[in-house]
Amino acid sequence: MLMNDKTKFRVIDILLLAGVILPVAAAMAIKILFTPLEEGIAVHGARIFFTVPMPVQDLPITESQVNSWLLIVSIFFLCLYMTHGTKEKADTRRQHICEWIVEKTDGLVADNMGEFFMGFSPFVGAVLALSAFSSLMSLLGVYAPTSDINIIAGWAVLVFLLITYYKMKCGPLHYLKSFTEPVAVMLPMNIISEIATPVSMSFRHYGNVMSGSIISILIASALQGLSKLVLGWLPGFLGEIPFLQVGLPAVLSVYFDVFSGMLQAFIFAMLTMMYVAGAFPADDYAARQARKRKKNV
Amino acid sequence: MLEIAIGIIIGCCALGAGIAAIAGIGPGIGEGNAVASACEAVGRQPESRSAVTSTMLMGCAVAETTGIYALFIAIMLIFVAPNMFVNVLLRAIASVG
Repeated sequence: MLMNDKTKFRVIDILLLAGVILPVAAAMAIKILFTPLEEGIAVHGARIFFTVPMPVQDLPITESQVNSWLLIVSIFFLCLYMTHGTKEKADTRRQHICEWIVEKTDGLVADNMGEFFMGFSPFVGAVLALSAFSSLMSLLGVYAPTSDINIIAGWAVLVFLLITYYKMKCGPLHYLKSFTEPVAVMLPMNIISEIATPVSMSFRHYGNVMSGSIISILIASALQGLSKLVLGWLPGFLGEIPFLQVGLPAVLSVYFDVFSGMLQAFIFAMLTMMYVAGAFPADDYAARQARKRKKNV
Repeated sequence: MLEIAIGIIIGCCALGAGIAAIAGIGPGIGEGNAVASACEAVGRQPESRSAVTSTMLMGCAVAETTGIYALFIAIMLIFVAPNMFVNVLLRAIASVG
């Protein structure tokens, strides 16, 4: 045994931290390598790195997908790092933070969904973390996965499947019958409102993050033009530097990237909880279970 | 002739984007009402501040949805639609000529 336990613990810690930082650094490196040199400040969608030929339709591998996967790896290692060396009695700062996060998430789920859905707490925590960190990624200059609708639409479809699963808890027939309530004429409206749930969820999150980044880009480019106009008389390279870009974009970033991103993450998680809890027909389910029990006895 | 047609397409897309942004009025009024009521509630019961605030943010986000739809249409009209319509026009001309 070359190392004692403490050094071993430290080494594993450093490896896990490297697992947290390296994927994000890789995202930044990819961004730097793949951005064309002559491109200034411009509004563009996610860059397509390459396309994989598929039988029905070619599968493009985009910037947002790559960033999203890198972020998932990073969050995975962050969780491992936070829970490394967990003891039964909390005595490290790390474990206190972990326990605080878990308690808060559990409390949120218990408040909004009730005791039946306590198993949802890890899922809600994962949605919150993924959404929040995805929006925060734009602070590092890389393309935030949440400003691509495809990523959010994927999450929203996942939530839609969960909602449908919980609506079908009383059997598929009960689910189909729920479309004709309160009257059969409402059938088309109910179908539309069913489809509108994932659409509105994905558009809300994507629209907020995307509009924030577009406004930031527009203001940054406007300030660049303005500083060229106002400070262009400065000698030499001083005239080339957009001094007016200092300050204002940072303040806007605090709102658009940090506040708006956090708020949308919270709202996405809240809506997930509310829709899933609201989709579950608790009374009918209890009645059905009681009937089943009676039949078995 | 083609230049004029492309100009009309781009101009109408820009006009449409501007008109779509009018939808911002609705969520603005709605969110204003929500925040006003939340302020009243906090004024009446200052101890319920955090609960009222989180509910208000939630409600604001939901009320914002229609505005976001309009924004999405505007973004599509500015960044996606001109290319698409011009391509449709060129393809139509190619098929005729």
